[in-house]
Amino acid sequence: MAGILEFTLNGRRRVDAVPDNLLLLDYLREVVGLTGTKTGCDGGECGACTVLVDDRPRLSCLTLAASVAGRRVDTVEGLGRDGRLSAVQRGFHEKLGAQCGYCTPGFIMASAGLLRRNPRPSEEEIKGALGSNICRCTGYVKIIEAVKYAAELAAQGVAP
Amino acid sequence: MNDVAPVHSIGGYVPMVDGPEKVSGRAKYTADVIRPGVLVGRIYRSPHAHAEILDVDVSAAARLPGVKAIVTGADCDKTFGVLPIARSEHPLAREKVRYKGEPVAAVAAVDDATARQAVELIRMKVRELPAYYTAAAALAPDAVALHARRPGNIERDVLFELGNVADGFKQADLVREASYNCAEVCQNQMEMHAALAEYDAERERITVHASTQVPYYVHLMLAQILAMDMSRIRVIKPHVGGGFGCRTEALNVELITALLARKAGGSVRTVITREETFITHRGRPETDIRLKIGLCRDGRITAVECECDQRGGAHSGYGVVTILYSGSMLYAIYDLHNVKYIGRRVLTNTPPCGAFRGHGTVDVRFAFESLLDEMARELGLDPFAVRRANLLTAPTFTDNDLMVNSYGLPQCLDWVEATSGWRARTGKLARGKGLGMACSHYISGASKPVNWTGEPHATVKLKLDFDGSIVLLTGAAEIGQGSSTVLVQTVAEVLGLDISRIRVVSGDSDVVPKDNGSYSSRVTFMVGNAAIEAAQNLKALLIAAAARKLDAEPGDVECLGEVYRAGAQDKGLSFQEVVTAALAEAGTITVTGNYSTSPESHGGKKYRGAAIGGTMGYSYSAQVVEVSVDEETGVVSIDKVWVAHDCGKALNRLTVEGQVQGSVWMGMGQAMSEEAAYHDGLLVTANMLDYRVPTIFDSPPIEVGIVESNDPHGPFGAKEAGEGSLAAFLPALTNAIADAIGVRFNDLPVTPDRVFAALEKRRRARGNGGSAEAERDS
Repeated sequence: MAGILEFTLNGRRRVDAVPDNLLLLDYLREVVGLTGTKTGCDGGECGACTVLVDDRPRLSCLTLAASVAGRRVDTVEGLGRDGRLSAVQRGFHEKLGAQCGYCTPGFIMASAGLLRRNPRPSEEEIKGALGSNICRCTGYVKIIEAVKYAAELAAQGVAP
Repeated sequence: MNDVAPVHSIGGYVPMVDGPEKVSGRAKYTADVIRPGVLVGRIYRSPHAHAEILDVDVSAAARLPGVKAIVTGADCDKTFGVLPIARSEHPLAREKVRYKGEPVAAVAAVDDATARQAVELIRMKVRELPAYYTAAAALAPDAVALHARRPGNIERDVLFELGNVADGFKQADLVREASYNCAEVCQNQMEMHAALAEYDAERERITVHASTQVPYYVHLMLAQILAMDMSRIRVIKPHVGGGFGCRTEALNVELITALLARKAGGSVRTVITREETFITHRGRPETDIRLKIGLCRDGRITAVECECDQRGGAHSGYGVVTILYSGSMLYAIYDLHNVKYIGRRVLTNTPPCGAFRGHGTVDVRFAFESLLDEMARELGLDPFAVRRANLLTAPTFTDNDLMVNSYGLPQCLDWVEATSGWRARTGKLARGKGLGMACSHYISGASKPVNWTGEPHATVKLKLDFDGSIVLLTGAAEIGQGSSTVLVQTVAEVLGLDISRIRVVSGDSDVVPKDNGSYSSRVTFMVGNAAIEAAQNLKALLIAAAARKLDAEPGDVECLGEVYRAGAQDKGLSFQEVVTAALAEAGTITVTGNYSTSPESHGGKKYRGAAIGGTMGYSYSAQVVEVSVDEETGVVSIDKVWVAHDCGKALNRLTVEGQVQGSVWMGMGQAMSEEAAYHDGLLVTANMLDYRVPTIFDSPPIEVGIVESNDPHGPFGAKEAGEGSLAAFLPALTNAIADAIGVRFNDLPVTPDRVFAALEKRRRARGNGGSAEAERDS
């Protein structure tokens, strides 16, 4: 069965016919073509597919597309302003929070969600927000630095 | 103009040139390349660990509407494998299956649901054979051979004795022997394996996108498996989500996808699951080590005897090389003589292992540094003093003919000793806390590539055109380690230009020069040297053009990056003017730079396989690990790691730090929680919950000290930075735990249940009247 999905994706209204059993992850990647959101596991293990639904981090691999009707969904492609990187994106780029980059969109969205609700997080709060995202390259050291730096940039007015 | 100066691009903190794509979601990985109408590939895998195939029935699957092609072992009688001497693997099993999960058949269908349904309709009839899940079982005298060419199930045995081990042990004041077991571990890189194959039936050509570290080896194996001329194949490597050695050989996924695409006469995309990615893991084999060391009271090592068994899995893969590294790399870190090594690479009914980061060196280094620490304590020697008593003096050749030109291990030891506050703090920490240290090393690329052709080891091309931009063409596989960035920096440094003038094109066999790939930490050293030569060749052309234009001798022209001038009073020519002058002579400029290793770095001939271990430059690492052990629960926490890494010269401090931290952390996963566990040959940890990768909560601060020994042959003095620091973490951890609670763990991973069991055993022994001090020594 399918239904009509109407919602806001990266600030733009969208209307699509989607099968009831289509995952938000597959909808974003295969239907819309936003492949920044990654598949990293067989379901709910790694956090690579994290997106924001009404500003809260959500695993898009465990979310039905139909369930975001009427909501705001943000993906990594929707961050930044005027084509410039957002504070969190700059943090991950400039502080090497991203090496291979595959887990990065998930970490960035979880971090963006954190900064939206807590603009000056402590190290423990950063760990708390990123505790269900797996990175295999960095050992997380530079990811923590990246989020701290992003918070500083956001405080200076860079879009988070 | 007088204030113009060449821009320096190396030595600083330089974010990666492809970083903006990664953080914005624009970077395309293989699974992100989605073509309209592409078919979906799925693989049917063996449920049997060891069996003779009687029949593979795909008739019901073939009748399913939407199925466009099915391939089985009958479609390909060719074998593949990274080592020309050990190509034992069929992309789809023929005659026998040798591990649970081995590909048997594959389907291409119009969508994923149809492909999955078709796979479930495939039936296989077999005659079961005895299966062996441990090296010991496979080595039993009556064991059935997995491969007819390998009776006894030994893929490779290695034996060498250099010096006289019996005499060496006689000279020692203390001789100790211990056994170690390291569990099998998987790379578990974040991107699951994927391939996209596009077959052009009209032209009989194929294009394959693959998530690989070695596009060239994939190209070779596609030609072999498809029985197609290499010139009809194009291999594209998009962004790659990590490798760590998992992708240093062609994998069955890309070969099967290509077979499907040709049979379907179209395009097929296969993205395997995380579980299948684990089964295709090519990880570090389970290793059993028996180690014996002779030590003098002054700390000098007099003899070493090492016996090493590796459970290699069902096919060779890199196995022959792995078991050789485990022996050869006993050397080149300390001044050792009188060394005996007995290695066995064993074939078992488990998924094939491969070349995990630190290839072949890690488990043996764990054993060595553990036993050395234990013996040092027994003789009342400081662990740092014992290492210092056995240092090499570079330049030198080891007894197994490995060439060591630069050696920063002494400085690494000094840095971690001072920065960790070792002298003031060791032995004085609170109950349950401990400090441990250890060292490790690694090669900067194998001096002899596995596929020896006689060509240069690395080739880089630079294209300079009318617009004044320089395009760097390289086959070096950027997999997240920063190879594209370091090559751009290298070329920019030689030309005195800002890195923004240089763009990298890599990963497309139609465009870029061949490269052996990203493995054995070869890229910075080998491709970096080729990039320097290419940039020097370009600079010479530009200087010649500027000289003509300025009516000067080339020797009098000074290159200031954006300005070329003849003498300090000359206002000079802008870079764009020089480019225009140069192009006026010969049109678009393309230059080549090559690099080859020197013959004296190729290792020796003292035993069969002695070339393995040879490199132009060894990196060195020393680490101190501080732990807290909760004696009630057995939980070990890492409070802090100090690591010093001798990378020769840090071309990019940011990426060197990132690589060293990542190596240490990956060693931590192996040491503390990661283990590929099997139940009757079925990999039961094939997900990221049961295969315990450390989370951000488990992960400590890792402080990096960069030691620069300036290798005489490295690009600007550089050596590798991405592997050498992994191994030292393992023994530094167990040495720290021994310091904290007096219990030594020789089996990895050191999980809380193992710690708890050991502490319980001690509590019971104490209850029976044993003294604490006696147990500490037990």
